[in-house]
Amino acid sequence: MFPEALQAHIAPAVNDFINGLIEAYTPFFDSVAGGILTVLITINDFLVIVPWWGYILAVGILSWYSSKKIVASLILASLPYFIGMFGLWPMAIESLSVIITSVLLALIIGLPMGVLMAEVKSVAFVLRPLLDGMQTMPSFVYLIPAMMLFGLGKVPAVFATLIYALPPVIRLTALGLNQVPKPVEEAALAYGATRWQLIKEVRLPLAMPSILAGVNQTTMMALAMVVISSMIGARGLGQEVLVSINRIDVGRGFEAGMSVVFLAIVIDRLTQNLAKKWEPPKR
Amino acid sequence: MDTPASSGSIVVQDLWKIFSRKSGISFSSSDTEDDSLVEQLDKSDDAVVAMKGVSFTVKEGETFIIMGLSGSGKSTLIRCLLRLVEPTSGDIIVNGKNVTAMSKSELVAFRRENIAMVFQHYGLLPHRTVLDNVGFGLKLRGEEKEAYRKKALGALEMVGLKGWEKYHPAALSGGMRQRVGIARALVMDAPILLMDEPFSGLDPLIRRELQDEMIRLQKEMKKTVFFVTHDLSEALRMGDRMAVMKHGEIVQIGSPDEVIANPADEYVARFVQDEREQLERTEQALAKEKQGKEAAPHVS
Ligand SMILES: Nc1ncnc2c1ncn2[C@@H]1O[C@H](COP(=O)(O)OP(=O)(O)O)[C@@H](O)[C@H]1O
Ligand SMILES: [Mg+2]
Repeated sequence: MFPEALQAHIAPAVNDFINGLIEAYTPFFDSVAGGILTVLITINDFLVIVPWWGYILAVGILSWYSSKKIVASLILASLPYFIGMFGLWPMAIESLSVIITSVLLALIIGLPMGVLMAEVKSVAFVLRPLLDGMQTMPSFVYLIPAMMLFGLGKVPAVFATLIYALPPVIRLTALGLNQVPKPVEEAALAYGATRWQLIKEVRLPLAMPSILAGVNQTTMMALAMVVISSMIGARGLGQEVLVSINRIDVGRGFEAGMSVVFLAIVIDRLTQNLAKKWEPPKR
Repeated sequence: MDTPASSGSIVVQDLWKIFSRKSGISFSSSDTEDDSLVEQLDKSDDAVVAMKGVSFTVKEGETFIIMGLSGSGKSTLIRCLLRLVEPTSGDIIVNGKNVTAMSKSELVAFRRENIAMVFQHYGLLPHRTVLDNVGFGLKLRGEEKEAYRKKALGALEMVGLKGWEKYHPAALSGGMRQRVGIARALVMDAPILLMDEPFSGLDPLIRRELQDEMIRLQKEMKKTVFFVTHDLSEALRMGDRMAVMKHGEIVQIGSPDEVIANPADEYVARFVQDEREQLERTEQALAKEKQGKEAAPHVS
């Protein structure tokens, strides 16, 4: 046994820190929560208006537009149908609105941070170990501060999802920017590109495939997290899984699990295909 | 500095470049005056003395060749003229303007108006069409799409790539890509053209073709051309005057004929000798190829 005398805890300090944060910045967190909620409600309102067949159509058309493969597009478009068939449509929409909100916020925060990380060495120096830490941290650990800062419900779920899903988009944006071939950059500079022109005309377009791979990864991580964040009241498909576990209802859990998988496949394929469209043309 | 402002002249005075290979170390202009320090740096692994007190003048409208073995500092020198590489000390005066003293924004304006460059590795944008690659410099200058595309089309025609404007660089052969690179430079209408081994990556026939093309274009345009190569035959064909570089120093300047007739030292002599032999070999090979072509039965 580890001697009791050597035990020391940082838990109280962490608790104190979070409590102190909440007390000192209540108005700030309230306004952040308000902001997140507004985005969430707007997106949710829109998602609810669209009829179920609208989704099937949209998935089919987007897939066809981005991949030009008929069979694959038909199969992909049929997947939302199965979610509805299982009676899980409303839950899927709920999850989707949390995902879209989180990903949107992750991109708004992550893309500029990725650019900064690629441009400024010291930022990369600080950010890299932080991102490593964020990605190796067990995902449900994020639920704790999220819950403490924002209570229960969808807002903390968005917050936790956002934090969890942020690293890939930052990392792959920076990676893509750093991978731009030197001769191309040099040519742009030789013709009088300013720093901003270099970013806008050369580095960002050339980094686009990598950036979109980051968006894809971020979205997939958000999806995984949204299921876990049902533990703090995100509802949606994750809650179905949670309820099934509690009731040891394997069949119901399976349906919910399959629905998560279908959602994942649809989102993954669509974002990947769109990413491929950005690769430089071969002719 | 009171050099007369003529369009297309390049004056380089006592130019030095010391690259640092160790992070945290940088060199200032006073370091280059300390002979023993330079010698010590030259031997150490922490720094590369890529240019040692290079001086020369290029007159308006002449084709000036820089020749030397790989690693002798040619690319460093040509990049310094645009300050793509920041010189450690020395002066560069182009069109009467002191390039070394320019601020960042002055430098951007200078690069846009005065000099266009062609690179060995083309440096084309893979996501842009051939047409938009040619118009890229004009776009950076702030010209409208319609205007720069029209000019770019004209430049493409000049380099014999009419009909290729909608393609992307990936669809083109090396020789065609370099034609795009040349068109991108010509369309800028700058008085000075910098070319860093533009044809070195191409096979001999294509190289020959592009050399002829450049000579033809140069007859019309009469630009000042600053041309880096390690190929003596190229230097002979294209150059009015040439400078030979060795370990970051210019060891001889003169017309190609002078250099061949009176090599300044052992290095130049050997260089000329090697290149002369190679020259003979390629001439033979070309002759053979020509014969082969003529001998082959015509199918069509
Ligand atoms: N960015 C750099 N950092 C450090 N050393 C460099 C850099 N660029 C060039 N050098 C060194 O400077 C020397 C001259 O290189 P370069 O000008 O490219 O020669 P060349 O074009 O004649 O082959 C070489 O030893 C090369 O390794
Ligand atoms: Mg070189």
